[in-house]
Amino acid sequence: MSVLVPNDPKSAERVSRLDVGGAIKDAAVATVVAFGLFSLMLGLLTQPGPSGQLTISERPKLLIVSLIVVFVGRFLVAIFTRSLRVPLISRLISPKLSTSFRQLERFAAPALLGFALVVPVLFYSNRYLLDLAILVLTYTMLAWGLNIVVGLAGLLDLGYVAFYAVGAYSYALLAKNFGLSFWVCLPLAGILASFWGIMLGFPVLRLRGDYLAIVTLAFGEIIRIVITNWQDFTGGPNGISGIPRPSFFGIPFTSDPEGFAALFHLEFTPTHRVVFLYYLILALALITCAVTIRLRQLPIGRAWEALREDEIACRSLGVNTTNTKLTAFATGAMFAGFAGSFFATRQGFISPESFVFMESALVLAIVVLGGMGSQLGVAVAALVMLGGFELFRNFEQFRMLIFGAAMVGIMVWRPRGLVATRTPSVYLEKKKDIPAAIVEEARQ
Amino acid sequence: MSETARDTILDVQHLTMRFGGLVAVNDLSFKAARGKITAIIGPNGAGKTTVFNCITGFYQPTEGMLELTHATGKHFLLERMRDFKIAAHARVTRTFQNIRLFAGMTALENLLVAQHNHLMKASGFTVLGLVGWPGYRHAKREAIDRARFWLDRIGLLARADDPAGVLAYGQQRRLEIARAMCAEPVLLCLDEPAAGLNPREAHELNKFLLAIRNETGTSILLIEHHMRVVMEISDQVVVLDYGQKIAEGSPAEIRGDPKVIAAYLGVEKEEVA
Repeated sequence: MSVLVPNDPKSAERVSRLDVGGAIKDAAVATVVAFGLFSLMLGLLTQPGPSGQLTISERPKLLIVSLIVVFVGRFLVAIFTRSLRVPLISRLISPKLSTSFRQLERFAAPALLGFALVVPVLFYSNRYLLDLAILVLTYTMLAWGLNIVVGLAGLLDLGYVAFYAVGAYSYALLAKNFGLSFWVCLPLAGILASFWGIMLGFPVLRLRGDYLAIVTLAFGEIIRIVITNWQDFTGGPNGISGIPRPSFFGIPFTSDPEGFAALFHLEFTPTHRVVFLYYLILALALITCAVTIRLRQLPIGRAWEALREDEIACRSLGVNTTNTKLTAFATGAMFAGFAGSFFATRQGFISPESFVFMESALVLAIVVLGGMGSQLGVAVAALVMLGGFELFRNFEQFRMLIFGAAMVGIMVWRPRGLVATRTPSVYLEKKKDIPAAIVEEARQ
Repeated sequence: MSETARDTILDVQHLTMRFGGLVAVNDLSFKAARGKITAIIGPNGAGKTTVFNCITGFYQPTEGMLELTHATGKHFLLERMRDFKIAAHARVTRTFQNIRLFAGMTALENLLVAQHNHLMKASGFTVLGLVGWPGYRHAKREAIDRARFWLDRIGLLARADDPAGVLAYGQQRRLEIARAMCAEPVLLCLDEPAAGLNPREAHELNKFLLAIRNETGTSILLIEHHMRVVMEISDQVVVLDYGQKIAEGSPAEIRGDPKVIAAYLGVEKEEVA
């Protein structure tokens, strides 16, 4: 597999020259900015005085030392980056990583899949890790679903969580009120979610880019607010509790003689259910992935991508762009609906608080970080993102800060996501990956 | 049906397009002959592309009638149809003045998107395709063969798996024409296909367009500034200026028409008076 990666011929020849003047200028600017920031924050200290009133004491030494640190630090960074003439981050990490990612994919995807299959065996006793794995898989599935709308069709959807909510409430209400089983509710939830996908699709057909993003954002909020306020139907802010838990094809995971453990002559533990849930979401996620890969090779998938590339050209070739957009919305929403009903059965309790904008943003961030190039990129991004969230659980206050910094870092390093190439859906002689630089992004 | 109607593929009657106070096309009538190349020429801003946009449904004409007749005698009133339906049912496809390829997709994929409707039906609107229906696989193979045929015709078979965005300018122009042809049009509308081509490429384009006309019988409607292209290949020329038809006829007639010369080169004040 070969990749067309534009090389930067300039980077090599300019390595040797040191640009001291420029570095000093950078350092001076940084110091002035730092003085502006620090003069009040570090230079002055307010303390309660002896008689209770506030007194201000000056700390010139601290201020001067910190300014020197800023100056020297910025100077060193500047001399390093200026002499290299390329951004620091892309210098530190090989620009060929995308290529190697691609080559890795052939081995990494089966390896990751194999690992996913044995996770419950390896971490059988670690309930925390199993729960985390289920969470990661749920978001992977959501991101794969959103990838159809954003990555393939190029429609920027900021309200994806609405369909997740529709799926969750569909399952919760159908199962509680009509006693339908999970396997009956799952397709129903998918159908209802895709119905709402089409409902959203119709009014936004003419919108592009920022306008589309705003309307989808609003749609996500509308669904949440309706759920919050429609007390009689959805339980309002109290949510719905006592949602039927999943059963092993009719056999409940309970300790009584009719339960799963007794029937299979096992000692009862709640882990059985967790493991079942794990495999359930793994199967759902893999179905999402397989269907997406298959759709890409069908005319509808190619039409989605063509729509992302150039809508007017699509229409000039007789592609019904209305239907094409609606099917993208409906398909993406359907997978969110499946994930939603899984979420409801796993939690046993849902409330509008689970479907806030932050969830949409997180799923979108996973798609963007993963890059539209491959399903693997999205899966890795979901793992990294949620794994990272858990790692920093103890630093609750700084989580968003670290999250933001990581996003900025990755976007500087890889503006088109982890896997930044597109694989053609069909080929004559040889499959050549297409560099992301010439592939359109979601801004229709 | 009269003999003339059978010979006419597109009958434009009293086409007027106004944008607010601006009249881009004013009461334009002409007929494009079946199996012939009709060129629309005129100075910049004469309204040529507006005529194209009306024919292909990207604009809704303010007034007038655009009647397309298939060889089977089937009529289409293009002014009442939406853009993608014109391409899908009336079988009128077009290229664009500033090339509109799917840059991030390969040349082959570009040609397959052009066969979308056919493939969509063959894939049972995705349902049958999803389960690997043999009929769809067959249709897909045929579609790839057709794409291969056109890639070969434009000399891009070796670049089939390269993204359209990295092809050279002249190659992109040819690929866009091939893509329009893959949709199997009865009328092919080309908006300045020779723009930016060097003389050799323009000559090759002429041969290619003549081959399309002679071999597939597709009628061609052409906007062009490149006079060599227009004079060499067109069977009939319509000249527009300020949205109005100022002349119509064979290339030889147009070449000597004083009104056309005036529109292109300008006239001295005394002559106008």
